Amino acid sequence: MSGSDVAFAFKNDLRFFGREIHPAEKPETMERPAEASPGLARPPHEGGNSTVLRFITCGSVDDGKSTLIGRLLHDTKQILEDQLAAVAQASRSRGFAAPDLSLLTDGLEAEREQGITIDVAYRYFATPRRKFIIADTPGHEQYTRNMATGASTADAAVLLADATKGLLAQGRRHLYLAHLLGIREIVVAVNKMDLVDYAERVFDAVRESFAAFAAPLRIPRLRFVPVSALAGEMVVARGARMPWYRGPTLLEILEGIEPERAARARPFRFAVQLVQRANGARRYLGRVAAGTVHAGDEVLVLPAGRRTRVAAIHTLEGARDRAQAGDSVALAFIDELDISRGDSVAHAARPPRASRALDATLVWLAGQPLAPRARYLLKHTTRTVGARVAGVAHVVDIHALEPRAGRSSLAMNDIARVALELAQPVFADAYAEERATGAFILIDAASGHTVAAGMIR
Amino acid sequence: MSPERSHLDWLESEAVFILREVAGECARPALLFSGGKDSLVLLRLAEKAFRPARFPFPLLHIDTGHNFPEVIECRDRRAAELGETLLVRSVEDSMRRGTVRLREGESRNAAQSVTLLEAIEELQLDAAIGGARRDEEKARAKERVFSFRDGFGQWDPRRQRPELWDLYNPRVGPGEHVRVFPISNWTELDVWQYIAREKLELPSIYYAHRRAVVRRNGLLAPVTGLTPPRAGEAVEELWVRFRTVGDVSCTCPVASRAATSAEIVAETAAARVTERGATRMDDQTSEASMERRKREGYF
Repeated sequence: MSGSDVAFAFKNDLRFFGREIHPAEKPETMERPAEASPGLARPPHEGGNSTVLRFITCGSVDDGKSTLIGRLLHDTKQILEDQLAAVAQASRSRGFAAPDLSLLTDGLEAEREQGITIDVAYRYFATPRRKFIIADTPGHEQYTRNMATGASTADAAVLLADATKGLLAQGRRHLYLAHLLGIREIVVAVNKMDLVDYAERVFDAVRESFAAFAAPLRIPRLRFVPVSALAGEMVVARGARMPWYRGPTLLEILEGIEPERAARARPFRFAVQLVQRANGARRYLGRVAAGTVHAGDEVLVLPAGRRTRVAAIHTLEGARDRAQAGDSVALAFIDELDISRGDSVAHAARPPRASRALDATLVWLAGQPLAPRARYLLKHTTRTVGARVAGVAHVVDIHALEPRAGRSSLAMNDIARVALELAQPVFADAYAEERATGAFILIDAASGHTVAAGMIR
Repeated sequence: MSPERSHLDWLESEAVFILREVAGECARPALLFSGGKDSLVLLRLAEKAFRPARFPFPLLHIDTGHNFPEVIECRDRRAAELGETLLVRSVEDSMRRGTVRLREGESRNAAQSVTLLEAIEELQLDAAIGGARRDEEKARAKERVFSFRDGFGQWDPRRQRPELWDLYNPRVGPGEHVRVFPISNWTELDVWQYIAREKLELPSIYYAHRRAVVRRNGLLAPVTGLTPPRAGEAVEELWVRFRTVGDVSCTCPVASRAATSAEIVAETAAARVTERGATRMDDQTSEASMERRKREGYF
């Protein structure tokens, strides 16, 4: 797609904003659309049950991704006047008639000058129920690398599908990558329903084609919502055009996802970040990666292989009875043990595997290709060990989504199944079961650059 | 049902994890501390990460010499209360050395980059922890938590490392360093909610007070000894507060009667203009002015 096509697509994508908002003329009168719920213009309340949801948006400009993000930010009252005025000014200087809201997310001068996109932009909005962090991965270039980066920290993925086009190769790729990166909650937003007369049968057909493709992936939760980001139907407000749809709006789906509850139920995992001597006793600082730990619990310390009990769980506010996935704490044990940064503490009966050889899926991120047999550094939890790629079993053809054998090197955006040999063991789980202890990165020891992301099988 | 963590607990826990990763991976870090609200939040987070031990890094202030006295008082008091080492490196020293040369009337704000890089070299820092947030400005939206800077202190968008999961990579070569932003994922509102929750003491100028100002380019410019009114400008005394605090010559207050952090939370939730848009003259200079300064080594 040429540069002018991109600009044209953006403008098409922003019909709503082009028609309704003219910050150049009257920046102070940006109205809420009538259908937006005024109750949503509120921050999460401290002391309430609000928490954080991270999600990634996947889709090309043609799918209306900018409009959807614009709609979410706009209808939850996150776009402020000076931002709109800046977008209007930038749009005018580029000769666009209407404000191009994609300029909110594609902000870097270096990108514009060089026509490149730099992986992920993060956007924030909040409702009374929770705070949201959007990982927005723009553009087609380097899509695999960028989407892997954005998806790695996401609890959920919103996949844009164009109701007028249905399931395309790109949609299959997004679904595959979101699943590969271990996202358990995937929402397909079937967009541009305004262009198909809000017809239920069109939505049903798109849904059926996605569901058929997704069936063998066994995605834990795959949901569909018909939307018109342009008209604001079923994104934040329900609107009036799709009475046949009785499910939740996109925002309601996002507000209802509860990743933390599942993480707490899994076996306890804790990687030691630092060791501290305080008041004559040792404390081990770190964040609970998975599960829940209580004072008094028996735990297994690795690589020592020693069992001990948790004597206390400390925070600045004092000792507490338990810590759960996501909590940064300091643990003390009843035994004096030789534990250092990079060691692991785990559920005594359901420990991770100690491995010096890994079967993993690798996403190659660097411009510099994989050098077979070269030595890399592998960072897994807080542990960094020497590693080399012993063999490439296959490389996934991202267009056909099929494995192809016969390659020994990897280039940027390649996804491959590889065998790795490690200089010391790591204490790992399968990524599909536990992301925090199943993920690693490869670092080029000479340049210090992060060259690959890995998921243990 | 187990109790949910609030969004502030989530943000706090993430920031504590990041600070501990810096301590675990970097040989010579420092925490940039100005006495402003974001850096006061960083100090509380460092307490959460490391107390009862001392911080594993000194505090470092890059001082333009054009300060609000309330902020410097708060900076010194807080460092003393915590018993932590505070290093101050001054833009005026850089001017004396001749490494900073300013045009007549030019703000010293951007010159902080030079002094900061000199301090990083002098102290041989491999990590500088700062309070920048991704919501502040669009050039920051793509910023990493661990942001790589080359031997000239420059931020090159193409050399930034992919940052996946919470597997941060702070590895640097000689002369290179990383900037680390533990509150990347916080918004202005989160910061104010955290200040209210943690009952953090801020310099008094963050709260409503009467101040002599002039109206300039749609902003309220404070009238001080350093920043007298220009010809034809009418001085007014208004109720104002500062949303950000930087160099006196380029930081503007907003009209407000909010006298407590709770009132500021309410006002921020209803705000119609971003923090920097309302308060920083230097950010308005060009569409990409923040990005340019960042590439030259700014915070």
